[in-house]
Amino acid sequence: MTKAKPATFAMLKKPIRVHRGWLLAFRLMIHSIATVLLGLAYYNAINGNVSGDPVQYLLDFTGIGALNLMILSLLTSPAANTLKFAQLMVVRKTLGVYAAIYALAHLYAFTAYELQYEWGLVLSEIVERPYITVGMVALIILFVMLLTSFSAARMKLGKYWQRIHNFVYVAVLLGCLHFLWSVTSNWTEPSVYMGITLILLYLRRKKIQKIFK
Amino acid sequence: MIIKTPSKNAAHEHEVTDQAVYQGRRKVLKQLGYTGALALLSQSAQANPFKWFSDDDTPTFKRNPLSFEKSDALINPMTQEGVATSYNNFFEFGTSKNDPVENAQGFVVNPWQLEVTGMVENPIKLDYDDLLKRFPLQERIYRLRCVEAWSMVIPWIGFELGALIKAANPLGSAKYVIFETLNDPAQMPGQRSRFVGGGIDYPYVEGLRLDEAYHPLAIMSVGMYGQTLPPQNGAPIRLVVPWKYGFKSIKSVVKIRLSDKRPKTTWELLAPNEYGFYANVNPEVDHPRWSQARERRILGSKLSEQRRIDTMMFNGYDEVASLYSSLDLRSNY
Repeated sequence: MTKAKPATFAMLKKPIRVHRGWLLAFRLMIHSIATVLLGLAYYNAINGNVSGDPVQYLLDFTGIGALNLMILSLLTSPAANTLKFAQLMVVRKTLGVYAAIYALAHLYAFTAYELQYEWGLVLSEIVERPYITVGMVALIILFVMLLTSFSAARMKLGKYWQRIHNFVYVAVLLGCLHFLWSVTSNWTEPSVYMGITLILLYLRRKKIQKIFK
Repeated sequence: MIIKTPSKNAAHEHEVTDQAVYQGRRKVLKQLGYTGALALLSQSAQANPFKWFSDDDTPTFKRNPLSFEKSDALINPMTQEGVATSYNNFFEFGTSKNDPVENAQGFVVNPWQLEVTGMVENPIKLDYDDLLKRFPLQERIYRLRCVEAWSMVIPWIGFELGALIKAANPLGSAKYVIFETLNDPAQMPGQRSRFVGGGIDYPYVEGLRLDEAYHPLAIMSVGMYGQTLPPQNGAPIRLVVPWKYGFKSIKSVVKIRLSDKRPKTTWELLAPNEYGFYANVNPEVDHPRWSQARERRILGSKLSEQRRIDTMMFNGYDEVASLYSSLDLRSNY
């Protein structure tokens, strides 16, 4: 790590550095919030502590949760740049891992509770319903990212690792499209998600242009 | 951004638990601008689990017991009352399924006026007491199949729609019955704001062919589970047409108009390729975005109280089939 340079211009902010313990605590906090909330959601749905339909509740909770986590993980690098807080980047992986876990919990709720393991219907819905198809593609991308999120996998995959993980931009767009497409009306909320996603992608347009060159 | 203008029933809102907790995920993104990233995550996720603790604070609409002829039909098991009264599509009170029960408790149903008008010889006006007293009330235990592929079994209390229409003495040229929900933006947040109400043009309009309306299964309901309707289920009076998808069964009706022209109904206007005028329950005609072959029967609020079952033609009410003998049900969805 480079030492904080003395500011040459007054407008330049001093880079932020914190003790490693704080970063660990921050990550632990993300771990506990994400797991406790997911566990609580399933606990409440199983025990009927939600008002109305527990299946819809779980689908909404896990779906929106996965999108929130994906957006937060995409927010990490612009935030670290703006704040000059390079250490913040360690939370990106934590957030991304939970985005994938929430997305898997979403598929699980759909398969186990919405369709109650009618496998034929699960498959035909994934193939025939475009909004489910795009959601499934996003989920597969996140799943592959989850499987290759370990340091060992990163070492082994070398340059391919980054190529695989660049697909997160496709995943987040498909996730928003899935949300937008799934609602019967009231496109406000999914449109806001899509808008925020497009802003986050615009912030890294140079990187994305490079990928497609 | 949801902008709520104060209204009479807004007085109740200060009694309600923290709005961030209540409105949960719908507010999340609006909060993104103000709160840090983590606050965003924690608030969104907490919204629903926390509601469990806050339900007691909701001021509840007062329902009254009704006297009626009990049903001897055996459709077992029925959906738990608490679920049928807290999982509702009633966009006038918000588009989320649990918005109506949260936003409608201050809804004023008395005084009320329901008018039967249009191509009739004898226009009728019913006030609140008339709704409950003019016609003898019966219990009808019906399956309710939502177009979203879930269903419930609900004991309604009401009277036959046909009796009401006959009382108005329709002209021979009348072919259609058109229904309208109350238009009162002061009481209905979804009518005040397009963002709350899902971008629908209110008032909500539904319609039936006159012969459909005369079918004895079609009722005007004023109660459920032995008591008057709660607002989230369409108090004080709503239509129940059990062989059609739920959105046909219009809530909180103020106007019934007879006409020789088929109306454009609300969902038909919003998405004509997805929702038709007839909207008969039909397992063979899929919604463009999902299968209608089977449904999830919601019996309770636990995950274990959900059953996957086959969807039946006309929701199992075969006696209406003769109404459609000359109709192509695939193109007239």
